[in-house]
Amino acid sequence: MNRLCLSVVTSVCAASWAISSWALDWKVSGFLSAQFQGFFDEPLNPVQSNSDFSAAIQPEFYTQWNAGTDSFTFTPFARIDQRDDQRSHYDIRELNWLHVGSDWELRAGVGIVFWGVTESQHLVDIINQTDVVEDIDGEEKLGQPMINLSLIRRWGTLDLFVLPGFRERTFPGRKGRPRISPPVNVAMPVFESGAEEKHVDFALRWSEVFGDWDVGLSHFHGTSRDPLLALDTSDPAFPSLIPIYDQIDQTGLDVQLTHNSWLWKLEAIRRAGQGDSFIAAVGGFEYTFYGMFDGATDVGLLAEYNYDERPIETRSPFENDVFGGLRFTLNDAQSSEALVGCIFDLDSASRFCNVEASRRLGARWVASLELRTFSSVPALDPFFTLRRDDYVQFELAYYF
Amino acid sequence: MRKLVLMMALLSLLPLEGIAESAEEKGLAIAIEADRRDLGWQDSETSMKMILRNRQGETSERQIRSRTLEVTGDGDKSLIIFDHPADVKNTAFLSYTHAIRPDDQWLYLPALKRVKRIASANKSGPFMGSEFAYEDISSQEVKKFSYKWLRDEAIDGEEAFVVERVPQYEHSGYTKQHAWIDKEHYRVLRVDYFDRKGALLKTLTASDYHQYLEKYWRAHRMDMQNHLNGKNTTLLFSDYEFQNGLSERDFDRNSLKRIR
Repeated sequence: MNRLCLSVVTSVCAASWAISSWALDWKVSGFLSAQFQGFFDEPLNPVQSNSDFSAAIQPEFYTQWNAGTDSFTFTPFARIDQRDDQRSHYDIRELNWLHVGSDWELRAGVGIVFWGVTESQHLVDIINQTDVVEDIDGEEKLGQPMINLSLIRRWGTLDLFVLPGFRERTFPGRKGRPRISPPVNVAMPVFESGAEEKHVDFALRWSEVFGDWDVGLSHFHGTSRDPLLALDTSDPAFPSLIPIYDQIDQTGLDVQLTHNSWLWKLEAIRRAGQGDSFIAAVGGFEYTFYGMFDGATDVGLLAEYNYDERPIETRSPFENDVFGGLRFTLNDAQSSEALVGCIFDLDSASRFCNVEASRRLGARWVASLELRTFSSVPALDPFFTLRRDDYVQFELAYYF
Repeated sequence: MRKLVLMMALLSLLPLEGIAESAEEKGLAIAIEADRRDLGWQDSETSMKMILRNRQGETSERQIRSRTLEVTGDGDKSLIIFDHPADVKNTAFLSYTHAIRPDDQWLYLPALKRVKRIASANKSGPFMGSEFAYEDISSQEVKKFSYKWLRDEAIDGEEAFVVERVPQYEHSGYTKQHAWIDKEHYRVLRVDYFDRKGALLKTLTASDYHQYLEKYWRAHRMDMQNHLNGKNTTLLFSDYEFQNGLSERDFDRNSLKRIR
């Protein structure tokens, strides 16, 4: 964490000490988890292994006062990994004070904010940095220092953000798996801004519901969360990738139409400042068949098209790709569910497949399984160096 | 005098239904009266313990809290907060119910901090894996059903109307319901649910009624028995509170994210 981040942490800690001295009622919850990852193929690099154990903890401390109009949340996170010292990491996911006014809310401290509607990628979601070492699906986020004012008015909800301090993306270390190759040298980031990771970013988002339509329009000005990676061969024995964080302006639109059993979804962005400005979009649907098989299982059919205008050297893995998936929700006492999906590259026929399944055991345990495979990946694809990293992951989590 | 006798004679020739209430009118009148007696509570909060039992008698429990805002002229707004099992803690469900058109529903997923608009076509789907369907726990608006009074019948020593209700909204899992409504307080004591094939699917028994604000009756226990799969669910209500001054702001998408 950078110094600015730390100072926010320190001040909020001071506030929390003051609060605790009023003898407030703290609610503690969270989880402990043990995880195993097994890889099917020999690694690209002999320092990598075919198996990995790790454990994580994420408690949440919460309290509220003034009849709930003020609240405080502290959610630290830590993982210890058997092999990858970059994956052994800690983070403060949340450490913030929230005040609720009649038609406004103010959140100050470290927090996580999600924007968007689609499943195959989260284009519009930009406030938080992705914690890539946690999961390559992009859904695990690092805590972001922020001051967020929400105005809840008749014309919609307007969220204004001041984001002091930047979080660099996490990447697996040399021994980590799955990882792109060569490894990313996180010690050598390049920033476009002279303020580097102390640059203050700004964002705003307007969102509103119009009957069956949920609409969000957003703009972000600041350091790109999504770095370009440049090859560094200054040490020919150990080539690496250097993350480059440009200053960008990104406008985003997210729309969902909810009608009967249909969800129609669209996310689109226009980003300027990272090479030529470009447009990227993802859109599609989720249709659910309710009460299948034994009468309680829901089966969702998902399809999304991904488009990215960037030239091949800088483009994301989603430049002209179709995602198809099935979601099974058993609606049983154990909340069993599964999502099976593949992303097909229409230009190269490469395929990334993903299975996620989970089930509650007893009252406090959840078992989950993930399976990820990368198939027929051509040399120019960003996934090429992941071609031998197909893996299965088992996780057992205890919730308290 | 002769004229009057003549008029009465003529009137007596009119079909009986022209004067007396039809079974449909009587059924509707009972529903309107039950609705009228439950007007004006403004907002309510309650805690619920849900006990799920499978055919083998194994149980699992859920603990939830719910807040409801009375909306006149439309369905109520409600917010449900999940406390237990621990893995779904802080998950919250926001619903703007409507009489005929589909409800608006959002789900908050705390792990991703994501608010997700969800389809409300799953009215017949199980709520939290229980034997209660979403449509069973949704606000009961008069317009949701057509009605027909079937008979009067005593249930557990209380005189009751038995009324047939046929859902008028789309995506219902039922062809009809038979509801036992007590004559003194117009409380629902029992409901038989008939599936799409017309077979008896489930029976709801509502008991342990308490009166609040000297007017509004609330059951503290509901038992839903599924006759087809042998499972049942018990809902135990506690800590009812009314008129806490909740407003629309307590039922918006922002409140969904921060509610505890």
